[in-house]
Amino acid sequence: MLYSILTSGLAVGAVYALIGVTYNTMFSTSRVMSFTAGQLGMLGGVLGSLFTLRLGIPWPLGLLLTLACCALIGIVTEFVAVRPVLKSLDQHLYVLSTLAVALMIQQFTAIMWSTEPQPFPRLLGGIGQDLLDEKFWLPVVTCAAVIVGLELLYRRTILGHAFLAVAEDNFAARALGLPERQLRVMAYALAGAIGALAGYSGGQLLLAFFANGPHLNFYGFIPVALGGLGNNRGAVVGGLALGLFQQTANFVVGGIFASVAVFTIFIVVLLIAPQGLLGSATARRV
Amino acid sequence: MSVRPSAEADPVLGAAEAAGTPSRTGWRKAWPFLLILAITAAVPLAGNDYWTLIATRAAIYWVLVSGLNLIIGFAGQLAIGYVALLLVGAYTTSVLASGNLGFALPSFAALGAAGAFGAVVGVIVGLPALRLRTFYFAITTLGFATIVTQIALAWQDVTGGGVGIVGPEMPAPFDSRIGFFVLCLAAASLCTWMTLNVAASRHGRALVAVRDADVAAEAVGISKPRLLVSIFLFAGAVAAIAGGLFASLQTYITPDAFTFELSLLFFIAVLIGGRGSVLGPLLGTIILTILPEFAAPLAAWAAFLYAALLLVIVLVVPGGIADLLDVASRRPLPPERAIMPRPAALATLLETPAGKPASEPMVLKGIELSFGALKAVDGVDLVIEPGTVHGLIGPNGSGKTTTLNVVSGYYRPQAGSARIGGCELLAEPPEARARLGIARTFQTPRIVGEASVIENVMIGGTVLGHATLAEALLALPRHRADEVRLREDARLALRAVGLEGLDEVRASRLQHSELRFMEIARALMVRPAFLLLDEPAAGLSTQEIKRLGALVSDVAARGTGVLLVEHHADLIFDICHHVTVLNLGQVLAAGTPAEIRTHKEVVSAYLGA
Repeated sequence: MLYSILTSGLAVGAVYALIGVTYNTMFSTSRVMSFTAGQLGMLGGVLGSLFTLRLGIPWPLGLLLTLACCALIGIVTEFVAVRPVLKSLDQHLYVLSTLAVALMIQQFTAIMWSTEPQPFPRLLGGIGQDLLDEKFWLPVVTCAAVIVGLELLYRRTILGHAFLAVAEDNFAARALGLPERQLRVMAYALAGAIGALAGYSGGQLLLAFFANGPHLNFYGFIPVALGGLGNNRGAVVGGLALGLFQQTANFVVGGIFASVAVFTIFIVVLLIAPQGLLGSATARRV
Repeated sequence: MSVRPSAEADPVLGAAEAAGTPSRTGWRKAWPFLLILAITAAVPLAGNDYWTLIATRAAIYWVLVSGLNLIIGFAGQLAIGYVALLLVGAYTTSVLASGNLGFALPSFAALGAAGAFGAVVGVIVGLPALRLRTFYFAITTLGFATIVTQIALAWQDVTGGGVGIVGPEMPAPFDSRIGFFVLCLAAASLCTWMTLNVAASRHGRALVAVRDADVAAEAVGISKPRLLVSIFLFAGAVAAIAGGLFASLQTYITPDAFTFELSLLFFIAVLIGGRGSVLGPLLGTIILTILPEFAAPLAAWAAFLYAALLLVIVLVVPGGIADLLDVASRRPLPPERAIMPRPAALATLLETPAGKPASEPMVLKGIELSFGALKAVDGVDLVIEPGTVHGLIGPNGSGKTTTLNVVSGYYRPQAGSARIGGCELLAEPPEARARLGIARTFQTPRIVGEASVIENVMIGGTVLGHATLAEALLALPRHRADEVRLREDARLALRAVGLEGLDEVRASRLQHSELRFMEIARALMVRPAFLLLDEPAAGLSTQEIKRLGALVSDVAARGTGVLLVEHHADLIFDICHHVTVLNLGQVLAAGTPAEIRTHKEVVSAYLGA
């Protein structure tokens, strides 16, 4: 039992962590927390199933198409829901505009796809069995790959440095002549792809289900809130811890009370440390 | 009176009218509501049961939205998952009335119990808002909505699980379709009246202040936690009662009835209506309830349409319906207007019994405050005598505003003390300052742009009110007395600073210099023993600076101790009795203006030759 808590906990935890990274990637260049993060994860599963099971496209191609579609949705989000409200960031209109876009995505999927969970294709088949089944290790491997990839991007490439500069201080970055807007659009596309990877790699666990959106929104946000906004390492640690905690609670007290437990702990921790456990202090008010 | 300027906001008339014709203004504000009530009440006359049902549903939704409006529209807290409260109310009423617990309450008693329980749950759902920022709060309410549905599903013995439970049956005469409709309409009317009362009370203004100018709200003595908790209690109670009525209307409830779509409807109704308005969200609720009926083929797309509507509202008309209806704010203001302070009005204002002239000086000793390695304030001593103007000058970054913020309680220094008589200021939270007779203005005016000028000023008198939120809800005599007095004071304060005639104008339409004087009027509301002014002359014309100087001198002459942070050397040397010069967080010099003007180091470090 311990073993199965461990494998399933790490697997869902990795998906949550990836959604957390999706939130962070959008946040870093725009200071906006977007409700679309969970929907991108949902779409990763739905589109993956659509391309491979329903349309019969081989999965590597299906994966590429899924990533492209979600990157596109990321870009659309930036244009429709983020750019117009950036001027008045203090009014928090972004909460409403991204919520609206997220709900439109969700409802559209519900009507066009299905309101019932649909199966997700097996990708590699033969490798590993039972607790070492691909559905458990795929999310973990994907999460590790994404983190390593992002670290390389941020540390080794000029584009990554530009991202960091905008995240650190976008006025200064603009003054240096960095194309802040294009960078933001790219970050949203990247976030779209990461969200898609989360849903795709966790597809066999979560299935292709329209209601995964709000679920992932909430569970993906917890690692971000606990790890501190914009902190990817915090998101990964928080995500894996959350997955393990949730699966343990699932086994010990049952599904519904597990969500109550997760929710309660989340609220209590946030009330004690509103900046997250690894976050930094608030900005000056006066 | 609502938070928006009224229809008769003619600036000239506004002043002349004074407290003249309250009944006429009352009527002007009431007619849209009475019209809506009349139209709704006439719905059953059409003889179509289905439309009566829709009207009943709209009334029930409004009972919930009226409370939610105070949270979202007034306090600006984005509570998305309020369907949770509807569910809690519906199940509490149904379970208590059904006898699932071994005893059965009469329906109205069950409804009352649901209201009480809803108030408690409302506070629990709202509690995170006291610590968390917008997105965090939004997502916690969302999480709460999911959890509550899951509990309703899982707790089968009591709630019937997925099978559901019978809703409460109302006793005669409310058991008929029409009778129940009348009951719901009465509840909706009562809620409208109560929320209108709150909107026009110091609590309503304080909510808006917390939303748009939270730092200023603290400075005038508004305690955000207390205020929000009381509003959460009210909103939770009415939402749960709406839930009980909803269960009765449905006759049978399952967790499926409480969809996220419904939550969305409530949330969007407020936003379509517009922030800080009661009429707007009322119209929003009616529109959203009726909309799907007209678009029957699109029923499946209802949630999608709500979401699209939300996006359009946010991007195109962030002010909502209320903004579209607000014709008065588009009328031009007199272009050639001058700020003309009136000493006579100031005298009347400051002579009223509420004023407590300072008898003891404010003494700052050895204040030290560093941010990381930077010593912003390094051992500052300062004495502000009552009835004098104390100038605080120095180069940028010398620690002037930081000192002011220490006195205001926004920063806690690492060492030192700040006392008035025996009272240690540093031990008190920022919102205690107003009660201690300390008022301030800000370097950038912190105001509620959407509220009228007079309402902004009335916010300054929040601590002078006596009526509780409950009294305000029911417009009891103490609340009415508060309002009359605050309004009269605010009118005087506006005349004192020279903004006569602009009472009912939306504050966002004023010029920068006028906002500075408006902040002073707001600060004067508490008849401060000490008044802290943070660069009040910045951005003013020479003429206006002169008038400001005269006004500040007048205020000091009436016994108030003024601490003036300023860069205009002329103003400082004209009106100050003492001047302290800071440099790099330390006192460089202190003395009379004449001494400072000739002080060698000051001249070389700051004033220039």
